[in-house]
Amino acid sequence: MVNALAMDKDAGATKTDTAVRVRRVQAADIPQVIALDTRVTKLAKAGYWNDVFRRYGKQRLHERFFLVAENRMDRADPHVLGFIIGETRAWEFGSTPCGWVFALSVEPEGRLHGIGSALLEAISGEFKKVGVSKMRTMVARDARLPMLFFRSEGMMAGPYIQLEKNLD
Amino acid sequence: MRLQISTRLAIFAVLELAAREGRQLSVAEIGEKYGVSSHHLAKVMHVMGRAGLVRSVRGAGGGYQFAGNARRTTLLDVAQLFEDLSSVEQDTGVVDATPEGQALREVLNEIDDIARATLGSITIATMRKLVDRRDTSGGRRSKAGMSRRRNQPRL
Repeated sequence: MVNALAMDKDAGATKTDTAVRVRRVQAADIPQVIALDTRVTKLAKAGYWNDVFRRYGKQRLHERFFLVAENRMDRADPHVLGFIIGETRAWEFGSTPCGWVFALSVEPEGRLHGIGSALLEAISGEFKKVGVSKMRTMVARDARLPMLFFRSEGMMAGPYIQLEKNLD
Repeated sequence: MRLQISTRLAIFAVLELAAREGRQLSVAEIGEKYGVSSHHLAKVMHVMGRAGLVRSVRGAGGGYQFAGNARRTTLLDVAQLFEDLSSVEQDTGVVDATPEGQALREVLNEIDDIARATLGSITIATMRKLVDRRDTSGGRRSKAGMSRRRNQPRL
């Protein structure tokens, strides 16, 4: 049973080369999410993803969004082509809440076909429904691929600077 | 951050050429829009040609075409042909050897790093989107698409 959030991107505004449906994650998707993340990052983190599913796929669903893009070319055997995770956050230091994206991954062989755009558009729509007017994320300066992607989607540097220090 | 005129011209030229994939523009056509001499622009195009960002098309109606991948070529790729964007220690002698000089250098390097990261994260395709967004909100392109808009500052 697909959650009411589910949306058919193959009939939506975002053009993808592949018939893709973006919907909420389900428990049965997690092994595919883990496998995709392992292929992309070369790090197997099953425990981490199961925990993320518990927190973002089952709890506080009105403000947490764990969405997957599903290939619909083979309706008998749909599979996960990508996923995006985010939530609305009461932003730091007194700022108004915003939509915060902290994970996005697309099957390497399926890239440059609009799947990432479909996922980002879907979560943007959910953020808008919640009532926030800004979407933010944080990307390492040298993470070329995600940086180019988010920039191509119109994301610009915001009014915050990420700061850190060594705790030694 | 200030970019040299050559860098700005190179970026403008690439943006014009990338907007007309498969078609060429003459140096004079680009120069007319931005109010710069063909002589200066020709030098800029020559540098970009050597770097493989543009290719020249000879003959009547010849000019330049964009030769890169607009979704992979970044502003940094263009800018570093004309600018030294490295965070090389400036040779200020004894000043930089002081703790104050080193602390200031650390801050300036941070600024340089951010500037490089920003230029390196914006592709020509992304820039075209930014341009088109302004074109849509601030008035359409002229019919020819190359005429300099009124009040547009010359370089």
